[in-house]
Amino acid sequence: MINKKHISGENRGDILVYALSTCGWCRKTKNYLNELGVAYDYIDVDLVDSADENVVMSEISKFSNQVSFPTVIINNEDCIVGYNPDRLKELLFND
Amino acid sequence: MINQDTEKSLPSDEEKTELYDRLKKDAEQAGYHINPDKEFVWLLINGLLVNEKRFGYLSCPCRLGANDIKLDRDIICPCDYRDSDVLDYDACYCSLYVSEKILNGEVFVHSIPERRPSLFERSKPKAPSESGRAATTALPYPVWRCKVCGYLCARDNAPEICPICKAKQDRFEKFIF
Repeated sequence: MINKKHISGENRGDILVYALSTCGWCRKTKNYLNELGVAYDYIDVDLVDSADENVVMSEISKFSNQVSFPTVIINNEDCIVGYNPDRLKELLFND
Repeated sequence: MINQDTEKSLPSDEEKTELYDRLKKDAEQAGYHINPDKEFVWLLINGLLVNEKRFGYLSCPCRLGANDIKLDRDIICPCDYRDSDVLDYDACYCSLYVSEKILNGEVFVHSIPERRPSLFERSKPKAPSESGRAATTALPYPVWRCKVCGYLCARDNAPEICPICKAKQDRFEKFIF
């Protein structure tokens, strides 16, 4: 079972952050989503059971050739690789 | 990669201060710069030490380690990609190391693209032109190159520690022989 954590907030769509618990840019991404006050899920991939790691990596590779962290998936459709607050805001508050 | 239950104790403030001081001293002596954003650097130092406890080496905090030094050697901090990234983007991949422009506040740190080749690319055998540029005449000594900073030296064996960037002997490649 992959340990997906949920952060409550305003529903702006399904937001899933693939992160590393040790990574500074991943922390910044989570902090920014917290500042925006939106609900999101995250998976710290370095803490995932090694048996599940390939499953997670193959999920990420569906959205991005380059499996790196953070990778943010919005509504199972849009993908943002790296810490990019402007793009996050644009995609989450486009109405 | 690591089950949370098996995670060892978190790094102490003393361990973080010790590593920070060492990296800063080494950086300054060799003309590199540590990111002036101390809060951010503290996160990275913590991540490096967590990885050291997990793997036994200071694997990049912003990349997923394989828990195998043969696969991770290129991302042991300072990584093989630091100098190119600082040159092209003013910061290394995790932003522990930055350019003088960032140090002086002329530009700001931002998240940069990953330059590390995929595992598939890294596993490919090197073409003859890339592995040991054969000299036309035999040299009295082979030339060793530090993959971290590019330092070259002609001697029987690579030095134990790179005199420029302090990378260990295993980060050297035989460059001309």
